[in-house]
Amino acid sequence: MFELLVLLIPLFPLLAVLANGLYGSRYSHELAGRLACGSVGLSFLCTLGVFTSVLANPEPREVIAYSWIFGGNLSINLAFLIDPLTTIMLLVVTGVGFLIHVYSVGYMHGEEGFTRFFTYMNLFMVSMLLLVMGANYVVLFIGWEGVGLCSYLLIGYYYEKISAGKAATKAFVVNRIGDAGFLIAIFLIFSQFGSLDYSTVLSQASSLSTEMATAITICLLIGAFGKSAQLPLHTWLPDAMEGPTPVSALIHAATMVTAGVYMVVRNHALFDMAPIALTTVGIIGGLTALFAATIGLVQNDIKRVLAYSTVSQLGYMFLACGVGAYTAAIFHLVTHAFFKALLFLSAGAVIHSLSGEQDIRKMGGLHNKIPTTHKVFLVGTLAIAGIPPLAGFWSKDEIMAHAFVYGYYHLYALAAIGAFLTSFYMFRLTYLTFYGQSRVDPPVAKHIHESPSMMMRPLLILAGLAAVGGFLGVPPEHGWFQGFLHDVATPLGSETHEVGIGMLLGLMGVAVAIALGGWGLAHYMYSIRPQMANEWAEKSPQVYSTLLNKYYVDEFYDRFIVEPFKKLGMLWDWFDQHILDRFVNGVGKWTDISAAGITWTEKHVIYAGLNVVGYGNHLLAWSWRKLQSGMVHHYAAILIIGLAILIHLVVLWFTGSSLANSSMY
Amino acid sequence: MWLLFIYFATVSVVAGVLTVSLRNAVHCALALLTLLFHIAGLFVMLNAEFLAAVQIIVYAGAILILYLFVLMLMNLKTEEQHLHKKHSYLLFAGMGLLAELLILLMLSPYGGRMGSATPEVVLTTGPSHAVGITMFSDYLLLFEIVGVFLLGAVIGAIVLAKTPAKTENQEPANFPTP
Amino acid sequence: MIPLSAYVALSAILFMTGLIGVLIRRNFIVVLMSVEIMLNAANINLVAFSHYLNSMAGQMSALFIIAVAAAEAAIGLAIIIVIFRGKMATNVDQINILKW
Repeated sequence: MFELLVLLIPLFPLLAVLANGLYGSRYSHELAGRLACGSVGLSFLCTLGVFTSVLANPEPREVIAYSWIFGGNLSINLAFLIDPLTTIMLLVVTGVGFLIHVYSVGYMHGEEGFTRFFTYMNLFMVSMLLLVMGANYVVLFIGWEGVGLCSYLLIGYYYEKISAGKAATKAFVVNRIGDAGFLIAIFLIFSQFGSLDYSTVLSQASSLSTEMATAITICLLIGAFGKSAQLPLHTWLPDAMEGPTPVSALIHAATMVTAGVYMVVRNHALFDMAPIALTTVGIIGGLTALFAATIGLVQNDIKRVLAYSTVSQLGYMFLACGVGAYTAAIFHLVTHAFFKALLFLSAGAVIHSLSGEQDIRKMGGLHNKIPTTHKVFLVGTLAIAGIPPLAGFWSKDEIMAHAFVYGYYHLYALAAIGAFLTSFYMFRLTYLTFYGQSRVDPPVAKHIHESPSMMMRPLLILAGLAAVGGFLGVPPEHGWFQGFLHDVATPLGSETHEVGIGMLLGLMGVAVAIALGGWGLAHYMYSIRPQMANEWAEKSPQVYSTLLNKYYVDEFYDRFIVEPFKKLGMLWDWFDQHILDRFVNGVGKWTDISAAGITWTEKHVIYAGLNVVGYGNHLLAWSWRKLQSGMVHHYAAILIIGLAILIHLVVLWFTGSSLANSSMY
Repeated sequence: MWLLFIYFATVSVVAGVLTVSLRNAVHCALALLTLLFHIAGLFVMLNAEFLAAVQIIVYAGAILILYLFVLMLMNLKTEEQHLHKKHSYLLFAGMGLLAELLILLMLSPYGGRMGSATPEVVLTTGPSHAVGITMFSDYLLLFEIVGVFLLGAVIGAIVLAKTPAKTENQEPANFPTP
Repeated sequence: MIPLSAYVALSAILFMTGLIGVLIRRNFIVVLMSVEIMLNAANINLVAFSHYLNSMAGQMSALFIIAVAAAEAAIGLAIIIVIFRGKMATNVDQINILKW
């Protein structure tokens, strides 16, 4: 029963993919939507079944779907490993995924590529499920690549827009760079352990030398950073907002980008062997959190702000991994999935009600025009800012507390500043979007309407989860969540610092203060004195433009990496054109010349030969003809010649050697 | 003995060479006559007197006269070219063949069944008697055949050399010129 | 005694002379005369052997050969006359009507 449920989880979306992909043009959009959502819903039900089973028996269990490669000492199966970590990820992916699918039916209503959208979404679900359920690195990598592909397909959904195509390519290429590192890590793992199964590798992780562990984990990190958009491979995520809003919600908030975090937590045994890698993770995570938050301060596109906030929150998760708080990282992953999906979907609702407007400078005063959207958006903002008792507070506080308690004060400082900035820009976004004077264009303002219930219901469910989901991890370090994940996500040889309740409350208080401080500043700047923001921007134009232009990272990459590669490509093109093509043309010419040569030979040698044969025959016949001259004495001469020959023959034949014994008398 | 032989042989050969090389045809006939006479002499040396007589009477006296008659009928002009254009090739070829023939003949052994007609027997019975007895006993059939043969030859010669009977609108046979 | 080989050699020389004459001469009648020389050479050979082998067969053969030579001369000359009537020429290389 358990195995069946496990196998069914990726199977339902796969069937929906095949149905919608192959036959989708033959039935209505409604049916396609129902198939897609239904398949994810069924997967969610199966996941619940698996969850109950794992609650009873948290030992890791392997389900082999297909014996794929076996030979010698290499054996790779299409196998799934179910343990508490996988179960949590499955619940998030299928649950949030189901809600987003339902929302998308409403959001994408009337689009011509409706079926295509859902085919890709379900394909994404299949890949993500393979990723989280894989029992060995190969299945993980299949899922890894699959989600990258679906990201490309979905970002470039509006393929007629050139910017969408470019963004999709950028996402895929940057992901690929990460994948290259990941592949090298897989090769190294195989060379070290001789197997690619988690069970073999992770249990023998302690046999690695520090250098080898560092090498493997750094390569894994390259893959994780590419997939989860950390520095320096973060450039693709903001541009990925070109895709439809549900795509941003599902892929770039809740699931795909968290695959990197999942991978790090899964391999924590390897990371524990390489302290340098852990430090790298922590620092990069912290820097990214701060970096992305600063950019998010000044962005004017509603989705872009949310995108940078995603990058920033992912930085938090990596920071947590860096300090060894793997459980906290997964906890933050879960709560982040709730509130980020909520924020993106409600932003989509806002955009929908404003008939496609995304610039927040053209919004404002919407709180009484679209009240439900406003309420859920507010819930999401409170959650992400870390205001208790919503979900974000619990997870963020746990990360920061862990960093502080275990002595990573620099990381704690980065996290704290990042939390302040997060609260500030999220509330800035809320104020600019929903409050204040309405800056909406008049023709758009006439059509402001609340989104349909198909879109609102998932929002309400997500808002509920964002509100109460945090209580899974209460009290900090000893909640149900931590206990559930304890066996799989605890670093080896970690000392449990028993924290006194005073320290705990003190840290919590600091976190709350930071969050409220950010809210207060945003309230002051955007609600009470709206012109203050513009004054600050004019006072320091360089700072403002730097932040606005994302620290010019894209331009840097463009100049120093993309252009040289383009030039290299052009060089190869020149080579191909002038040398290879010349060579090929030369070969063609050779064929020409040899053909001419053969023709000449045929004419002058073969035919000449044949002619010679004919001519020779002619000559022979002419010479024989002369025998018949008609003149008698010629005949007489021939007669005599013949006679002479005959006599010679007879004499020599009959007498032969007796010529030697002659007697003359 | 030797002297006679050498004389007869030398003159025969010379006459033969003259026959084939003289310009005027009548001169050739005369040379032939000389040849025939000396061959008759050789026959006498070989104890074949009858044959010598037959040679002179028939060969020299009838056949050669016939040749002379025809020659005179031809009324030939002495031409410039009495030999072929390419006669030298044939001449040398013939000489080579002669040399080879001589060598062969000299090298080959002579043998054969000795008969019973020794010269003494022939002398005793007389040469013509010996010939007659042999001809009409052992070679009778051949004799008769030769007789018929000669008859045929005579008839043939008459038929061939007859003046064709003139018919209306018939011209003498025109040989097509090449 | 004159050895047999002398007579045979003489016969051979005469024969070849006659043969050369057949091949060389243009005048048909002289060609016929050369044939006569050849026949005579054969006669000498036969008679020599007849003498040295004490047999009459050689003389018989010589006699018959003389008869045949006569017949052949007659026929040959008759043919010459016929040709002479038609072409007024007796040169061998002018008579080539055997060519098709």
